[in-house]
Amino acid sequence: MTFFKADKLAIHFGGVKAVDGVDFEIEEGEIFTIIGPNGAGKTTIFNLISRIYEPTEGKLIFNDEDITNTAPHLIAGRGIARTFQNIELFEQATVLQNLLIGRHAHRSGTLLANIFFLPSTRRAELAHREEVEKVIEFLDLARYRDQRIANLPYGVRKVVELGRALCTEPKLLLLDEPSSGLNVEETSDMAFWIKDIRDLLGISVLMVEHDMSLVNRVSDRVLALNYGRVLTLGSPSEVQSNEEVIRAYLGG
Amino acid sequence: MRFVFKTRYEQDLRLWRHNGDLIGYGIFLAALLALPIFAGVYYVGEANLWLIYSIAAMGLMIAVGFTGMASLGHSAFLGIGAYTHAYLLQNGVPFLVSLPLGGLLAGAIGVAVGLPTLRMHGIYLAIATLAVALITQEVMSKWSSVTGGFDGLPVAAPDFLSIQPEAMYQGEWFSVGGLHVGWVELWSPVSLYYICIAVLVLAALIARNLLRSPTGRAFVAIRDSEISAQSMGIHLAYYKTTAFGISAFVTGLAGGLFAHQISHLAPDAFNIFISIELLLICVVGGIGTIQGAVLGAAFLIMLRSFIPIMRDEVTAGAGGVEFLAGLVRFVNSPGLEAAIFGALLVLFIIFEPMGLYGRWLKVKTYFDLFPLYKKSTFARQKSYVKTERLR
Repeated sequence: MTFFKADKLAIHFGGVKAVDGVDFEIEEGEIFTIIGPNGAGKTTIFNLISRIYEPTEGKLIFNDEDITNTAPHLIAGRGIARTFQNIELFEQATVLQNLLIGRHAHRSGTLLANIFFLPSTRRAELAHREEVEKVIEFLDLARYRDQRIANLPYGVRKVVELGRALCTEPKLLLLDEPSSGLNVEETSDMAFWIKDIRDLLGISVLMVEHDMSLVNRVSDRVLALNYGRVLTLGSPSEVQSNEEVIRAYLGG
Repeated sequence: MRFVFKTRYEQDLRLWRHNGDLIGYGIFLAALLALPIFAGVYYVGEANLWLIYSIAAMGLMIAVGFTGMASLGHSAFLGIGAYTHAYLLQNGVPFLVSLPLGGLLAGAIGVAVGLPTLRMHGIYLAIATLAVALITQEVMSKWSSVTGGFDGLPVAAPDFLSIQPEAMYQGEWFSVGGLHVGWVELWSPVSLYYICIAVLVLAALIARNLLRSPTGRAFVAIRDSEISAQSMGIHLAYYKTTAFGISAFVTGLAGGLFAHQISHLAPDAFNIFISIELLLICVVGGIGTIQGAVLGAAFLIMLRSFIPIMRDEVTAGAGGVEFLAGLVRFVNSPGLEAAIFGALLVLFIIFEPMGLYGRWLKVKTYFDLFPLYKKSTFARQKSYVKTERLR
């Protein structure tokens, strides 16, 4: 069975081939990293997987199903969650509310049940709250629970966004630069969490990352991109010693 | 200093945060209920207008404050609610049926309008809804078989809750020069007042229930970041249309009450200025809060009665003075209200973006934290660069 597969994935913006025939496959339980210089097409691949962009060519397979034409809002329900490079939290809401929005794909009940807040809605809310509290415990967010995002420091926001993605109970987690803007200590916390997410929660991780120390610590396999094309695929040390990768980063 | 100690998850699902809140709302409601005992009929009439505007603004708040969709079309929904209610009432439909039907029709038209227009954002959406308001007003004046056109539509008094039951149908036309110009109502504004309170409580409950359930959270998510709302599984078009529909429904309910308040409907009563007033209420009261709609409406109604008083004072006081002639001309110039409302809108957005309710929260926090309050608690921070919105 295929867990996740990108098959000849391509998107062209006019003449710019942002992603140009990328093939890769992620196995269940793997931490898979995409690296590459700026503009290599890493985030574009994420946007293709979350169906914000329409691929020009190619296919996306998830759990043996073709998700190339799935509507963007149904992706979370299929089991793919993501974070954003520049943090896209709901700023005027509290941490708790943000995490509860992560439960949206698992909601039940009709609009009218919500308007009248029927007992069924109340029960569902309490059940969601239990799930959210598990994530709060896992990421140690308890003391920020009732704070508004607008009042939180950047490092905490990053963790909240990770938590919100976890609340959707994904099978595959897309992390767009989880360590950007974090200090050394926060980065090492992030590395532990990424490992724990795989080991304890059994969630496969696809991440884009620039911090090579973090990549080395957590990744099983690394895919190097440049100008929308695959340079090489292999273990972190193999990729780092690859000549094409070195040339792409250092020029020449 | 107050610390709300939470021991059960149910506490976060309550309608109030702590017992202090509950006492506060209880006193407010009791004062509302007792008002007609102390106040004269004129003040009850003004209070009716306040409550009706609160309900209408609460409807708009669901679209503007919760979901982040600017609408200048809510005068149309107010009008649709009013005309539907009045028309049904005239044809013998009971009050308790026709009022919700008016709201439902407004809501249905809100959904119909929302389907094509909600793809737009910000100012473009405001302009599209402005067109809706103008078209609706045009329909009201041209569709005379139903709306009575420019002659207007008299609003029959509901046949229950009236203080004098036998006086119910004693309303009559009074005419000037053979033209029917008004409908004298014999039911008291006090009965309308209590209906308004009931509907206001209902509207507040709808808004609050939405906010603590997945639907309302989806609205707030769309307001703050559409792209991540979508990746959390929120169907943007569905929830935006739903929000607009509920918003129009609540404003339509207010329209039905408004019909009784003005007792004779004419297309002019639902001009674009009403939409701007409702928007002003939302911003002045505190965008995104339920309490803000009530506070903002109180502010607007007081301002509206204050301006003519000041105008008369200035005219009387400075009328004879030569060098103040310009001032007198200024205060008597048409469109002064609109200018003042516009200026207030701008000033509030710049200096008090959280509105009157935000100011109230700040005062409360000051006393809660005394003497440890620091100004920066509510300071607006520079937000971090957001992902390109991919619109």
